[in-house]
Amino acid sequence: MLIETKGLTKRFGGLVAVNDVEIGIEKGKITAIIGPNGAGKSTLFNLISGYHPSSEGSITFKGEDITKKRSFNIAKLGIARTFQTTNLFETATVMDNVIVGHRLRTKSNVFDAVFRTPRLRREEQASREKAAEVLEFVGLEHEAHRLVQDISQEAKKRVAFALALATDPEIVFLDEPAAGINPDETENLAALIRKMIDRGLTVCLIEHKMQMIMGLADHIVVLNYGKKIAEGTPEEIQTNEEVIEAYLGGGDKHAEAE
Amino acid sequence: MQGLKKMRMPLIFLLVALLFPLFTDNQYYIYVVTLAFIYAIAVYGMNLVGGYTGQLSLAHAGFFAIGAYALGLLTVDANVPYWLAFFLALVITTVIGTLVGLIALRTKEHFFAIYTLCVGYIIYLIIYEWDALTGGVRGLIGIESPAAIGPITFDTGISNYYLILVFLVLTVIFMKFLTESIVGRTYVAIRNSEELAQTIGINTMKQKLISFVISTFLAGLAGALYASFVRFIGPDISYTMMTFDFLMYAIVGGFGTLFGPVVGTLLIVILTQSLQFMEDFRMIIFGPLLVLLVIFYPRGIVGGYQMWKMKRAYKKKQRSVDQGSTYEGGD
Repeated sequence: MLIETKGLTKRFGGLVAVNDVEIGIEKGKITAIIGPNGAGKSTLFNLISGYHPSSEGSITFKGEDITKKRSFNIAKLGIARTFQTTNLFETATVMDNVIVGHRLRTKSNVFDAVFRTPRLRREEQASREKAAEVLEFVGLEHEAHRLVQDISQEAKKRVAFALALATDPEIVFLDEPAAGINPDETENLAALIRKMIDRGLTVCLIEHKMQMIMGLADHIVVLNYGKKIAEGTPEEIQTNEEVIEAYLGGGDKHAEAE
Repeated sequence: MQGLKKMRMPLIFLLVALLFPLFTDNQYYIYVVTLAFIYAIAVYGMNLVGGYTGQLSLAHAGFFAIGAYALGLLTVDANVPYWLAFFLALVITTVIGTLVGLIALRTKEHFFAIYTLCVGYIIYLIIYEWDALTGGVRGLIGIESPAAIGPITFDTGISNYYLILVFLVLTVIFMKFLTESIVGRTYVAIRNSEELAQTIGINTMKQKLISFVISTFLAGLAGALYASFVRFIGPDISYTMMTFDFLMYAIVGGFGTLFGPVVGTLLIVILTQSLQFMEDFRMIIFGPLLVLLVIFYPRGIVGGYQMWKMKRAYKKKQRSVDQGSTYEGGD
């Protein structure tokens, strides 16, 4: 297991957003986390990426305990993530947005910048090359010099992917990557996620689009009211009574629409 | 060649600045422009932490005053040689800046602005009330001009003009290298989204502190130059009004742009001086102008110009490249 959580719990005052959750994310696989709105999926992401400190429990990455680590240190270990809303720098070019993604692998400081030391030149070159590489990977090499505000919603999602990939991660957490884009674009994004797996990456995603998840995920974890209620392959999840009751059943419009 | 073309406007500006004293005998004009240069250095500091890193520090006049008073007190009261005092003034401002930054940066966004506003006001009160040290409301009189460096003396308005121009140019070069490097990109990433910056591995607290400390350093530098140029300082240079003047210069020129501070400061200072006959009614002109500028050019004169140029360059490129792009994901 690449990432494992044990007894992971997060309380916000009286609300238990994540309750005693135990999950394992296997290397080289696509793990999906599903559940109704407010099930604690995003909170779980925030705990693993170090954005919120957990109330109880532990998180390990490759056997190393990362429960107490701050988010920027977690990123350095090779855990990247995207957000539900793409909060990119709209009035800068796609390229400029992505270059900084490699910053965590560089060591240049203010003195390097002011005196334009060889280290700075080397690291800037590396960051630029990395950005070009990941933009090509996500299929945005032709949009590299456009402003983010001028590109489509799907392209913005790809920029967010590229930014995460520029950090040289081993695992990427995607928070609702297909929210707000049309079915064709969703299919393209799914293809991109498979491409990431082919590259040796591990992906964990939150998603509401059931058709996409069922076709894409190797392993699915279902959360409801902060608790894990089921996990398994897409087939197992589709036939799981508890899941159907909590999520797929009861005339859930969102699931049916897909 | 490409780089030279890009720097054409700033180089023309520099040439005009170098030749300006040769074309006027009016000491008052030179005085006003020199003052604008000093303010521009301070505005660069504010621009770095506010415009690039996105942390609006409203204690800036306080640090400007700390630099000015440190130089004034060291030369007048302690008889420290000028350039040593100058160096110490920068050290003192930077150390105080670091201490304030460590606490202030624990707050975010408008809380940070309010907190630093209070810090600035406290600095003002200390200068105003600590009569024994600062001379209180009477201020500090008789600060010496910058000491000679070898054969070059700084006892005339013109020599001071060139000295301060050198510091301004150094500041601009420093800012150019800093903001156009990957270090500057780090600051912009924090401004854009602190949350996102952290998830791509940036220690935002550390980076914010560094940019804050540099900003106080530049405020201290401007303050020290101000003290020995004007040769009289009073508590009003640390007052909140001064901070908002700096902020106005930055916004008009372009917050978060390389040449915004120098453009905004020169424009507003010269405009203020030429509208002096209107006294406080000047604000009737400034107010609406500022409002219109913020509405239509939120990134100031320089920012607006850059945006226009970028769009034009892109359109040009689109036209020259054949119409059919291979990527079909456009809107």
